[in-house]
Amino acid sequence: MATPTLPAELSDATRDETSLRRFLHGLPGVDQVGVEQRAAGLGTRSIKKGSKLWAIDTAISMVDLTTLEGADTHGKVRALAAKARRPDPDRPDTPRVAAVCVYPDLVSTAVGALTGTGIGVASVATAFPSGRSSREVKLTDVALAVNSGASEVDMVIDRGAFLEGRYGQVFDEIQAVKEACAAAGNTAHLKVILETGELATYDNVRRASWLALLAGGDFIKTSTGKVSPAATLPVTHVMLQAVRDWYVSTGELRGVKPAGGIRNTKDAIRYLVAVHEVAGPEWLTPSLFRFGASSLLNDLLLQRRTQLDGHYSGPKYVTVD
Amino acid sequence: MSDNRISVAKTYKLYVDGKFPRSESGRTYPVTDSKGAFLANASHASRKDVRDAVVAARKAFGGWSGATAYNRGQVLYRVAEVLEGRREQFAAEVAASEGLPARKAQSVVDAAVDRWVWYAGWTDKIATVLGAANPVAGPYFSFTVPEPTGVVGVLAPQESSLLGLVSVVAPVLATGCTAVVVSSADRPLPAITLSEVLATSDVPAGVVNVLTGKASELGPWLASHGDVNALDPTGAGPLGRVEIAREAAGTVKRVLAVPEDEPDWTRRPDIARLRRYLEPKTVWHPQGV
Repeated sequence: MATPTLPAELSDATRDETSLRRFLHGLPGVDQVGVEQRAAGLGTRSIKKGSKLWAIDTAISMVDLTTLEGADTHGKVRALAAKARRPDPDRPDTPRVAAVCVYPDLVSTAVGALTGTGIGVASVATAFPSGRSSREVKLTDVALAVNSGASEVDMVIDRGAFLEGRYGQVFDEIQAVKEACAAAGNTAHLKVILETGELATYDNVRRASWLALLAGGDFIKTSTGKVSPAATLPVTHVMLQAVRDWYVSTGELRGVKPAGGIRNTKDAIRYLVAVHEVAGPEWLTPSLFRFGASSLLNDLLLQRRTQLDGHYSGPKYVTVD
Repeated sequence: MSDNRISVAKTYKLYVDGKFPRSESGRTYPVTDSKGAFLANASHASRKDVRDAVVAARKAFGGWSGATAYNRGQVLYRVAEVLEGRREQFAAEVAASEGLPARKAQSVVDAAVDRWVWYAGWTDKIATVLGAANPVAGPYFSFTVPEPTGVVGVLAPQESSLLGLVSVVAPVLATGCTAVVVSSADRPLPAITLSEVLATSDVPAGVVNVLTGKASELGPWLASHGDVNALDPTGAGPLGRVEIAREAAGTVKRVLAVPEDEPDWTRRPDIARLRRYLEPKTVWHPQGV
């Protein structure tokens, strides 16, 4: 299961399950108090005026506009796609969002509504959100998404296997999904959902991050949004450290996507500050950092209006989705 | 206890969303009595407190406007009961703030409680007075029903710190609207005590939000706010009202026409204020058989 282009110590880690375990358990432990303190400290940074407007526009362009409900309809997906194309119809200069994120069976509707716009269509797959199914079913799920035209696939890892220490199985599964994303000439990006709310410790988050990066995930994503706690700042810090360290050792840029629980502009800006300070300014782009969110976009639009109009706006000035 | 005990001076906070937060700005200002002696510290609200208060008022609007008129009346009667229980405290604060003799202050408080009860009684009657079954030429019923306007910004009177305050806040609540109130800047203590009364009676969180601070600073933010539906500029003063009217024009708010100087609040009110916070809705319905 080795990947050829990695430096020796990393390719050695992927040789077999034993060396993978040795590598993951050899990662330095996370200083819980330290990371929480640093996250809280960076969260107090004040971003105002021009910088705030820049941050709002950047955040809008990083949103994966998400609807993952059992009650999703084709009409709702089309409405969401319309909102993605033109988030604030009164202000055509508002940036477009990065992607629309839906369930696999609704991908074709989203693709139809977004063709030619440059907005991606992301699909959750692999028995989302629990990931409790056979590998065969999971891969079929992925095939459904990519064959319908999804440009990004959000997979969930098998948390049960990870917590039992069967790292090889998790690794193989990510690789298999990665291959399925590239099957039949498709070029879908792979986002690996760690579901940090179920991983219990920061050490586990760091191990799962490295495991996903080693197996070829283009993005590591915090959560499904179906489990509480979802994305938190300290967890995102740990994951940003992982992609930065990955860049240092391989020269390759991988992305991070916090998802779930980010509801307002203030939170989003705190995340952007963390990206800048922990990973680096080159990560402040939609190709390397995303927000998985549904209600966040409306708050960003309201704050954008407040900044530009000079007075407060209200929820009835943006679309309900 | 000896007489030379040092009294504990209070630093009061705002009343937003059923809680008592400090001002986002962290500012406070000293409140003095009519002769300039120190009474307490009050929070000096900023525009961000206005923003938070409007969000709270909007959140509370659905529940409060959707409650039955009878229920709203019961809640307001309950407020009057708790007001009555705090008569001594209110009388002392009114006396200190407005420089009134004790007996006069007591009668002001009594008038305020009576005013509250008067508006509480109107909750389930106003629809009958302002609504109508319209005569139309056709096989239809046509009804006009008054519906609450929404979130109301209230710049409370600067002079009359309790009776004036009650006279402008109670009609907002009686119609089913929710309120963001900016209290008198120099005489905020009765407003603060009123917010303690509201917090301990049955009024849902966010239905009334009380900010202490300068009407000249907060008024324009309330007036230009896109999510405020009506505005009572009583406490803004003649000059401030011009600016407020201009700021409010962008969102076509209902701005109350108020007299230049503060009216005599002891005079019996009419339903003009209730009418201003209600929008008529007319529905046509086929008569059927």
